[in-house]
Amino acid sequence: MSDPHEAGPRAAGAAQAAAAAAGDAYPRIVAALIRVTGDWTLAEDCAQEALVTALDRWPTDGVPANPGGWLMTVARNRALDVLRRAAIERRKLRDLAVQALTAATDDEVERPPGVAVADDRLRLIFTCCHPALALPAQVALTLRVVCAVPTERIAQAFLVSESTMTRRLTRAKTKISAAGIPFRVPSGDALGERLPGVLAVVYLLFTHGYNPDGEPAFADEAIRLARLLASLMPDQDEPRALLALALLQHSRRATRRDAAGELVPLDRQDRTRWDHAAIDEAVALLADLRQDGPYAWQARIAACHATARSVEATDWRRIATCYDRLAALEPSPVVGLNRAVAHGYAHGPASGLELLALARADGALDGYPLALAAEADLTARAGDGTRAAALFREAAAQAGSEVERRALLQRAAEAQSASH
Amino acid sequence: MKYMMFVCTDTEPDTDPTPETDIDVWVDENDAKGRRLQGMVLAPKATATTVRVRNGQTLITDGPFAETKEVICGFDLIECADLDEAIEVARTHPMARGGRIEIRPLADFEQ
Repeated sequence: MSDPHEAGPRAAGAAQAAAAAAGDAYPRIVAALIRVTGDWTLAEDCAQEALVTALDRWPTDGVPANPGGWLMTVARNRALDVLRRAAIERRKLRDLAVQALTAATDDEVERPPGVAVADDRLRLIFTCCHPALALPAQVALTLRVVCAVPTERIAQAFLVSESTMTRRLTRAKTKISAAGIPFRVPSGDALGERLPGVLAVVYLLFTHGYNPDGEPAFADEAIRLARLLASLMPDQDEPRALLALALLQHSRRATRRDAAGELVPLDRQDRTRWDHAAIDEAVALLADLRQDGPYAWQARIAACHATARSVEATDWRRIATCYDRLAALEPSPVVGLNRAVAHGYAHGPASGLELLALARADGALDGYPLALAAEADLTARAGDGTRAAALFREAAAQAGSEVERRALLQRAAEAQSASH
Repeated sequence: MKYMMFVCTDTEPDTDPTPETDIDVWVDENDAKGRRLQGMVLAPKATATTVRVRNGQTLITDGPFAETKEVICGFDLIECADLDEAIEVARTHPMARGGRIEIRPLADFEQ
């Protein structure tokens, strides 16, 4: 592969076209080849090779009229080639796959007659997120196979060596074939049971892109996945709610850090620099929901923040109510904590501290710096600056990242000076 | 695909008061569908003996090989289309609630 910048504008254009086609076509190609051949490694290798061939040929031959179709043909021919040369002991499987690949047109490889309507990409996502795989493996496999993120980058993001990540991916693919994990979107009741797991993987990916020390590009990948799920599962509300939630949180990406890279709390962010197109899209998505699940309530809370003209104009009563609903639907220590904070703003710091004590009662929030930070903030607003400063310092000592630690120490200093 | 279901006890059984499915109902249903090929209940772990051969010497010890509180108390060999079907069979077994069940495919040397 040559450097597109050296080879001139035509090569750069072709590289761009390949990248654009890849984003859309890659998971389709991988999924179709897996369904036909049952061989994950073969499917990935052939899809990769099709992209490499495109980068090689398009700069001189020009970008084809249907880039996705072109890539599919190249990948399919490559798969046939490999299978025909494959070792003899797998002959029966091989013959079946060769037959399926030669009999069909490209279009039929993607949309075989008689196969249920579910999109291959959806099958791929549900298989990658099968609960019989460990959660880290689900996340890594989704990034690698659905989003085409190189193994090296996934390894960096999850702080393991590339060889460890390669082993993790190989083990997951081996389990899929050896344990008989089906390449299928579950139907009926099973769909309702499995969908939350799939959405959890997408959301985990998003938060990994959104966290202070995370990999920012993963937030975009997660939004792309959520968009895909929302479009492929129009009967389900939660994928659209998840998309709305991710769009709302991501709309603040330009303002979450200052020029020095320090975290800027929500109340000090420049709201004019939020991504208002993304906020509008999310609000429209939420308006169309039929029934509110956990992601919908979280998104509605995020929407209250995103659509408030200023901190003072935030509808905290509405947010507190949304947290009540969320806590009833999916109780967790962190939801309990956020609910306490919301009630603190809606109904006064005393009411917030009371709910916070309730959320911490079973010890699940012990050693959780955000619980201390919330107590510190409520205490400051209740008027006890000295105690608040001590609590902020205690939270800083437990902070998970350097950026968070500095932000908390800054709050400690402010609380202290306010008390004088 | 053939899967072995290891039926185990568990130190934390289900606390849901709804009555468990009758094991006979489970056996009859899966036998009728041709999914259950074989299945047995094992005698208590007090009857277990572990055998090893090292350098030609046979070592015999009392008790099961795994020193855990969970004990394998039975097995079923089932034939299913895929893991999802095997999970469905396992989760309707009464011991999925009273204990836990490990599902392992038989190794496929044909592939």
